[in-house]
Amino acid sequence: MVAVAALLAVTLLGAIATFLIDDKYAAKFATAVSAIPLVGSVWMYYVYLTEYQGVGNALLSPETVAFRQSIDWIELGGYTLQYSVGLDGVSMPLLALTGILTTLALVSSWTPIDERQSQFYGLMLLMEVSLIGVFSALDFFLWFVFWEGVLIPMYLLIGIWGGPRRKYAAIKFFVYTNVASLVMFVGFFALVFSLGPALDSLGLPAIAQALRGGAVLMPVAGITAGQLKVLAFIAMFFGLAVKVPVFPLHTWLPDAHVEAPTPVSVMLAGVLLKMGTYALLRFNFTMLSDVATGEVTAILPFSMPVAIAVIGVFSVIYGAMLALAQRDLKRIVAYSSISSMGYVILGLVAFTPHGMGGATFQMISHGLISGLMFMAVGVIYNETHTRMVGDMSGLADRMPWTVGIFVSAAFGYMGLPLMSGFAAEVFIFLGSFGATETLGTLAPVLTSIAMFGIVLVAGYLLWAMQRTLFGEYELETDYELDGAAFHDVAPLAVLLLLVIALGVAPDLSYGMIQEAVNPLLNGGGV
Amino acid sequence: MVQLPTWAALGPTLLLGLTAVVLLLVDSIDPDTTNNELLAGIAGLGSLAAAATSVWFIVGGTGLPASNGGVITLFGDQLVVDQMALLFSFLIASVLSLVVIASYDYMSEHSYQAEYYTLVLLAATGMTLLGSANSLAVAFVSLELASLPSYALVGILKTNKGSVEASLKYFLVGALSSGVFAYGISLVYGATGSMQFDAVAGALSSEAPAGILGMGILMVIGGVAFKTASSPFHFWAPEAYEGAPAPISAFLSSASKAAGFVLAFRVFVSAFPMDLVGAAIDWVLVFQVLAIVTMFVGNFAAATQENVKRMLAYSSIGHAGYVLIGLAALTGDANSYVLGSGMAHLLVYGFMNTGAFLFIAMVEYWDVGRTFEDYNGLATEAPLACAAMTIFLFSLAGLPIGGGFFSKFYLLSATVRTGTWLLAGSLIINSALSLFYYSRVVKAMWIEDPASGLEIESYPIGLYTAVITAAIVTVLLVPGFDVVSSTAETAASLL
Repeated sequence: MVAVAALLAVTLLGAIATFLIDDKYAAKFATAVSAIPLVGSVWMYYVYLTEYQGVGNALLSPETVAFRQSIDWIELGGYTLQYSVGLDGVSMPLLALTGILTTLALVSSWTPIDERQSQFYGLMLLMEVSLIGVFSALDFFLWFVFWEGVLIPMYLLIGIWGGPRRKYAAIKFFVYTNVASLVMFVGFFALVFSLGPALDSLGLPAIAQALRGGAVLMPVAGITAGQLKVLAFIAMFFGLAVKVPVFPLHTWLPDAHVEAPTPVSVMLAGVLLKMGTYALLRFNFTMLSDVATGEVTAILPFSMPVAIAVIGVFSVIYGAMLALAQRDLKRIVAYSSISSMGYVILGLVAFTPHGMGGATFQMISHGLISGLMFMAVGVIYNETHTRMVGDMSGLADRMPWTVGIFVSAAFGYMGLPLMSGFAAEVFIFLGSFGATETLGTLAPVLTSIAMFGIVLVAGYLLWAMQRTLFGEYELETDYELDGAAFHDVAPLAVLLLLVIALGVAPDLSYGMIQEAVNPLLNGGGV
Repeated sequence: MVQLPTWAALGPTLLLGLTAVVLLLVDSIDPDTTNNELLAGIAGLGSLAAAATSVWFIVGGTGLPASNGGVITLFGDQLVVDQMALLFSFLIASVLSLVVIASYDYMSEHSYQAEYYTLVLLAATGMTLLGSANSLAVAFVSLELASLPSYALVGILKTNKGSVEASLKYFLVGALSSGVFAYGISLVYGATGSMQFDAVAGALSSEAPAGILGMGILMVIGGVAFKTASSPFHFWAPEAYEGAPAPISAFLSSASKAAGFVLAFRVFVSAFPMDLVGAAIDWVLVFQVLAIVTMFVGNFAAATQENVKRMLAYSSIGHAGYVLIGLAALTGDANSYVLGSGMAHLLVYGFMNTGAFLFIAMVEYWDVGRTFEDYNGLATEAPLACAAMTIFLFSLAGLPIGGGFFSKFYLLSATVRTGTWLLAGSLIINSALSLFYYSRVVKAMWIEDPASGLEIESYPIGLYTAVITAAIVTVLLVPGFDVVSSTAETAASLL
């Protein structure tokens, strides 16, 4: 199937064309271009739902993976690198999320982006190309090319079109994520090289199957196989956790979010953070599941899953507490992302069907809701030119549609039933509560603490909404409020509908997610 | 197909030399006027023809054992044409083509145009000849043929103090290291009684005086280190690259470095095989030390520069350190893989580094300034060129936006295969460090606000063509790296 290749090629050509056309037409042109991967990925999603059954996990059963294509690419050092792509129940929803959010983010750029437009839209499309690649690549090098390919456009997008402290935020983002990539790269290759000549491909399925099939790792420089696995796990976890981000590697995130223009924040929170958890799922929790579940402990004086779960739960609470302390609406949403991604970590490490499935579902759900929240804050900012909680109140009268959607989204964030956030969190808590195999007796304790995060979410969101949206109309800045333009509100409405749709019928994606994560849980084997 | 005579295997070298002669002839017809288009056109055609011929020969299998009678030797084994020689002819001729195309704009206001193009072509002739040299005597002559025009080229901006000073410094260090090199050759000759590489290797036995031989080899390493701008003979490089006209900096830092390395690959693998000279000197260990020192010196010095051209000069020293891994990891396992990794990195580096220096040439052409701050906001005026420069810099740093990523990975896997962990560690640390200073340029160009009055009046066609071509090649080397790596490994396996 050439579907993925077609998406990549069309989007790439569209990006190049966008760079070359005049600023005047760039916005509409790029949006039109992005409609192709949007329609394409949604169509693929539909085909997946209707035609593909029993796809399983892309890494464990690569033969059955959907939209598979594989071409030999480079022979290097005894390894065959391949152009190898395919989608399973984890990557398919993420790909669709990318397609949907990019188009909506591009529409939401029409108002705020007014300089160097062709470069802005070109970079956004270039980033979409890489994101499509990240979620569909099944060969390490192909994946890594796309993975790094996301960082460069993002760096420039924050650095050129960002707020007052954009240079600092952009450099911080760039340094954090590149150092993280390097550590992850070194950890991964320590693993690959120690697999020795038996491994002749850098396809992720081949590596995952070798590792899970009990391949013998060659000891290197006095490091035994078990220790090497643990060290590689830690290196990869560190590298990927920066992306998620989890405490204490999160400090780039608020800076990047606050400085980035709205559409870039949408992409950052909606899709880029999911790259981290997606890769954690693919690498740490699939390839090294024996370390992740605490089977292999080697040098560790503590249990690996418990440690990760503690980090996840701490991120939930810590992110929420930080959000409580903010006055800037965008900062509140940014910190709440750290909190939400903590749930994903908790779900992953639970290593139960609902835990892992819920974690994946939360990636999608949080992608939609946080994108929606950032967009709503952006719309309010476009009109009021302030994001400070104390600077405005009573916006509900003046911009009813925007505020209505904002409030709905906030309730989605708090986990209102029949919205996707509720479904995701219920799955995660169900999964982690009973995760006695990995988390032991601590499972219910950690889960209960994490649940408390929901209360905090309600705390800061209700407080912020009450101050800004309701009460007497007041605005500290000298701008007239005359409601947002249709093309600003329309993306919000679309996202809200998707959030509700997934909340009402989580099986739209939960079924395929379960199919993809369950093979991971059956105690190893291929 | 018509069977070509054997000497035609030297085609790329001959074409380059011939073009130099044609240029002199054209100029002598009417020495008082300068026809820029004509001169640059001849030089460009000649170099493109040489590059095309190299590709034709490589694809046609010249110098492969399977076809056309195997490796071609000429003039009593003094010259050899194999895949490695052809690969480097291609590299040198391609870099030369880019440099000539860029010089069409860069040198248009300067005098001595005919001399300039002639000298560049003569230097390139010497460099390609170095790739074919199969005896110490030929190596020395080719080295001088490559070096002497280079000294003049660095100083061709006669009214520019920096250029003249750089030229003098380059010449003095060059003369010294030529002396060291010649003395080393004489010591090797004294110990073995031969100049021809295979004969040298054949004469190595337990009777060869180890002390003299060891000194000789050490001095040959010195000559190579000079040509490749490796520590401890790198001191000329920053000044020469900074003072020279930027296209010449591009030429020296890419082509000249490659020529030095191709000589080193051939000499050390065929004349001084480790199993025979191990008792006299452990040159692998020497190269390991040189590689690590060169990597750290180049990258740490580059990180502290304020002048972009000088930063690139130091970074090119750092890259010499990476390529030295190709010799330093020759510990016995997977030799052709290790050598191949060095060659592949040189080839990729040739394009991205030439491109980066040619971008500097363009900035000099615009008269914008030389420091990082002068580059502020350049992308608002010239986004296309800055995008190309971004590709070069990130590729040099090893991000997978250009071929530099794969060639560095190739080097890394070579160190891992041979268990040279120190080299692997240095490579990783220095690559991470290099991202810091390369990204400073990117930040200046794209993110910083332009200084008031930054304005670019013209978009020189030649410079743009060269820079964009180099950028396209750099990017295409990501999907197309297989061609480079397989050719390099084949070439290395034939040594």
